[in-house]
Amino acid sequence: MTHPIFPPDKLAKVMELITHYPEGKQKSAILPILHIAQDNFGGWLSTETMDYVAELLNILPMEVYEVATFYSMCNTKPVGKYVFEVCQTGPCMINGSEEIIQYLKDTLHIEVGETTSDGLFTLKTVECLGACGYAPMMQLGKFYREHLTKEKVNAIIEECRNTAATNN
Amino acid sequence: MVRKLLLEKAHLEGIRGYDVYRREGGYRSVEKALGEMTPDQVTDEVKKSGLRGRGGAGFPTGMKWSFIAKPEGVPRHLVCNADESEPGTFKDRYLMEFLPHLLIEGLIVSSYALGSHVTYIYVRGEYSWVIDILETAIGEAKANGWIGNNILGKGFDLEIYVHRGAGAYICGEETALLESLEGKRGLPRIKPPFPAVKGVWDRPTVVNNVETLAAVVPIILIGGEEYAKIGVGKSTGTKLISTCGNINKPGVYEIDMTISVEDFIYSEEYCGGIPNGKKLKACIPGGSSVPILPANLLLKTVKGEKRLMNYESLADGGFVKGSMMGSGGFIVLDEDQCVVKHTLTLARFYRHESCGQCSPCREGTGWMEKILRNIDTGKGKMSDIDLLWDIQRRIEGNTICPLGDAAAWPVAAAIRHFRDEFEWHVLNPEESQKRNYGLAHYADPLEPAVAAV
Ligand SMILES: Cc1cc2nc3c(=O)[nH]c(=O)nc-3n(C[C@H](O)[C@H](O)[C@H](O)COP(=O)(O)O)c2cc1C
Ligand code: SF4
Ligand code: FES
Repeated sequence: MTHPIFPPDKLAKVMELITHYPEGKQKSAILPILHIAQDNFGGWLSTETMDYVAELLNILPMEVYEVATFYSMCNTKPVGKYVFEVCQTGPCMINGSEEIIQYLKDTLHIEVGETTSDGLFTLKTVECLGACGYAPMMQLGKFYREHLTKEKVNAIIEECRNTAATNN
Repeated sequence: MVRKLLLEKAHLEGIRGYDVYRREGGYRSVEKALGEMTPDQVTDEVKKSGLRGRGGAGFPTGMKWSFIAKPEGVPRHLVCNADESEPGTFKDRYLMEFLPHLLIEGLIVSSYALGSHVTYIYVRGEYSWVIDILETAIGEAKANGWIGNNILGKGFDLEIYVHRGAGAYICGEETALLESLEGKRGLPRIKPPFPAVKGVWDRPTVVNNVETLAAVVPIILIGGEEYAKIGVGKSTGTKLISTCGNINKPGVYEIDMTISVEDFIYSEEYCGGIPNGKKLKACIPGGSSVPILPANLLLKTVKGEKRLMNYESLADGGFVKGSMMGSGGFIVLDEDQCVVKHTLTLARFYRHESCGQCSPCREGTGWMEKILRNIDTGKGKMSDIDLLWDIQRRIEGNTICPLGDAAAWPVAAAIRHFRDEFEWHVLNPEESQKRNYGLAHYADPLEPAVAAV
């Protein structure tokens, strides 16, 4: 595995982030930097990526592992290109999140936590994302998809397939 | 019509941007505070307003500010808590998404009062587009001289940074938030020392909720006394409520705290009633951590008075016959909802979010989830209900942070008010998989209050 390296613009952003915290407290920038790293290196944090972040922050790799394994947004295992994170907490459940999760399982032929064999989709269940009034909902990349129905789910899957096809 | 102090302009076109916001009178509270007031006067105004923390605990904000330690030569910090992750709660997101400059304006005035020259907004990681909105607004405010060095030529310097979290409800708890801001796992600290003395990087720190800090703007503009005239008793000013579940108009509403719960649910101005002519069964009025109430106890207090949407009235009757204002996350359940199942999703939430430091919370939340799952799927025993009660009782009060209590209370309240529904599940394992228990007697009129002897 080659040593991961940020492109110059990302590296500049990382250096800028570090200046947000007092001198000697650069470790504070860890979460914001892990987000950039995860986006940049395939949607997850490999040991190599975490070691690189440790190097940038001048802290022990262990300090990065400790943090990455604590926060649910840090993927410490590979994920598909598109991760469907469906909320399953009470308010979403009342509004049909279980049906949406079942429909996704049936349509993608995977269980929760799995990735489709083409590496395109991962299905996850998550807890309340702060969109309870717009339920059922899921997070897809940077944005929320709200008021989900089976039709909307179909459209979203199509949309992902199309973007993946054009980007290849 | 209720006087809107926060959301009045939320729907104006372009209000998210600086120009419209400023044209509409934005940043006048900064001019007033920095121009005419000392930091202590700002704090006094907030004290007079009676403003109580909008993050859940309802602690008086002015008093909290006056506790901040001021050791010579040690920087102080204001940290805005935008971790918003309590199920049912999405008001801060709304405020930041539509009125980012209102929050920034509040942050500038509050930072001035507290002497914070570097202020952080800790935003839950999932709100990533909100972070972009905030960063754009901060950029605009900076370009227009509201952030930076020597603001308005008054010698006050301030930087505001957005800090992105990464998915952990526990980081909403203020000491866990500070740990997380230091780049560590979000493990709550033992108090004391309190953040006001030893907060982030051991510096005196005040942590306040988004809505709390936004409310400082109208307080400075109209004055603390005027602000305190709105509302009732110790519930002063206006409050944002996010509503969800079985209602016609889910969303975020600004109320003054004199409206009754019944009017709030059924009026067109707010929730708009329950869809499909269904009946109200239960409600969790202040976010998932507060006790659930059956319809009859929700609408009326034990004394038979109308319950109002404010701190005191929602808490009337204590934990046995009342609930709490909490974070203002209002979850409505209609007659078709199953309380056992809903409670199970909350138990799963708390098990998932427990940081694992205290054994009662770590183990207890797991047990409660398991037992509730058994009952929900028709595999429960009668003794499980007592076991659940016993477990929640052993968590409450025996942990480092209030997440343990927050996990115990919903289970306790569900058993307290809906025990017959739990028993029905146990006694009818097959039927309970096919239909819900329904409304039962939960909406029946309350028995007349008996005078205490
Ligand atoms: C488990 C837990 C989660 C919390 N989550 C939040 C939150 O997301 N946002 C918030 O403002 N306060 C949250 N709080 C309350 C904070 O600890 C703190 O009281 C609050 O931010 C203080 O601000 P306020 O006085 O303006 O309400 C949480 C508390 C606990 C125990
Ligand atoms: S009560 Fe739970 S969440 Fe809070 S510190 Fe203890 S284990 Fe962690
Ligand atoms: S319960 Fe799903 S977003 Fe809150």
